[in-house]
This record gives sequence, C-alpha cells and structure tokens, in this order.
Amino acid sequence: MADQERFVELAMPLMDSLYSGALRMTRNPADADDLVQETYLRAYRGFGGFQEGTNLKAWMYRILTNTFINSYRAKQRRPQESELEEVEDLYLYRRIGGLEAAGLGRSAEDELMDTFSEAEVKAAVEALPENFRLPVILADVEGFSYKEIAEILDIPIGTVMSRLHRGRKALQKSLFDYAVSHGLADDPDKSDAKPEPVSAASTVER
Amino acid sequence: MSEPIEDCNETLRELYSFLDGELTDDSREHIRRHLDDCSPCLAAFDFQAELRLVIRNRCCDEVPSSLRDRIAAAIEAEGATPPSGSGAGPSL
Repeated sequence: MADQERFVELAMPLMDSLYSGALRMTRNPADADDLVQETYLRAYRGFGGFQEGTNLKAWMYRILTNTFINSYRAKQRRPQESELEEVEDLYLYRRIGGLEAAGLGRSAEDELMDTFSEAEVKAAVEALPENFRLPVILADVEGFSYKEIAEILDIPIGTVMSRLHRGRKALQKSLFDYAVSHGLADDPDKSDAKPEPVSAASTVER
Repeated sequence: MSEPIEDCNETLRELYSFLDGELTDDSREHIRRHLDDCSPCLAAFDFQAELRLVIRNRCCDEVPSSLRDRIAAAIEAEGATPPSGSGAGPSL
C-alpha cells in the first residue's frame, strides 16, 4: 500500500532523533523503546492526517511528546511542573569564558568544551525539570523553531521562550558543576574569590 | 568600546534569539554590526554557539537495531490490515 511505503520512506530515517528525544524524556532505555514504538504506530495510523510539505519531524515529535505526557509521565518520579532556581544570564560564560581573559587563549575554551563528556551533558539535560527539559531538547538538540516548539508542546511562544531561557541557564549551572569537578574551574564554595550570590529566590514561572 | 553600553545590553538580550535564528533580518544585521565592533559581545556569542554545538553533539543516540526491526515489523503488520477510519489521506 502506497501510504505505508511513503511513511516508511519518510519516517524511518527520523528514528535516531526521536529515540534520542525519548531517552532524554523518559531517562530510561526500556521506556524509550516503548515510547518510540508507540509513537511510530500512532504516527502510521494517523499518517493520513499528515500534510506532505509540512515538517514531518515536528509532526512526529508532537506525537512523541503527547504519548510521553499521557502514558509515561505518570511513571516518572519527579514532579512534572517544577520551579527552577534563578540563575544569572551567561552563567557558564561568566565563569569559564574568563579562561580566555586569563591569557589561555581560544584553545583553552575548546578544550573545556571537550571535557564535557557525553554522559555529563546527557545527565545535565535529564536533570532539568520536564517543563524546561522538553523545550531545551527541542531547540538545542533538534533545532526546532520557537513556533514549532509551541505547536509541539501546545504552549504559547512566549512560554517557550521563557522556559528555554531558564532551562538553558539551569543546564549551564549543571555543566559548571562538572567543570568544577574536572578541576577546570574553581569551586565557588571553596574559592575566596567572589562567592556566588546564593539568593535562593526560586521564583515561580509565570 | 566606542559603542554605548546600551548596545551591548541589547545585543546580549537578543543572544539566544539570534542564535536560534528567530530575529528579523534587520535586527540580525544590527547585531552583526555590533559584533563586528565589540569583541566582548562576540566572545560571549561564540561561547554560547559552541556550547550549543556541544549539547547537540553529545545528545545523539542511535536506535538499537533490535528496536528498529521491531518497529519495521509492527508497521508491516499494521499495513496488512489497512488503518481504519480516516484511511489514506490525500497526498498533496
């Protein structure tokens, strides 16, 4: 049947991307397997509703996200909607971008980026509360536009932007902790140079 | 440098919109011009762009071939019994 062939041709190449997203969402390979399989079956059954010429990956991601939210989220231990500690803008840059200023040059920064292992970056992404994690995955890993993310997650564009902004800052804070553990940055708790302003004003998202 | 501080603040405020490709051509051009003249802002932009690449490159997983096969088989099986309801939509 032509529809089936067309679906296979267009959708199967997207599977690595959807599987990566599913792993970050579920944080569990067994659940990710089931989530991707269910997503593909639902997508196949609903393929008649897909308009060719529009973004199939976004359409598939919407199904993935909805399936995750409806079927798998209940199993997740952490709360679905969370607050994030306020983190200043350019958090990571202001701390380790300064290595350049210290005369170490551009290569020091590259080296620093190299020290973030795959496991660390994944863990940092997965540590984000879900309502911040999904926009970050969709934008930074998958490269969707704000409009596409708004449609995938069914939230207004303004909310996409604010969650992205705050999620990215929180992600940088986690990465900074890894940089500290690698000895690439000073531990702000131990260093006497300019302690972190620990204003625990974790504000509720608007 | 000679640029007013306000230009730096405005540029940094738009950093993500710029990197996300969400600015109008005019705003984009405005920021580009500022970055040409302002190495501190350029350094911050570079850093964020690179960080973004690192995040993207480190978050790629490959589907296990067993899962790929399982899904292909499941779709095949579905195809044997044509989807009910809406059926084959119009392919535009």
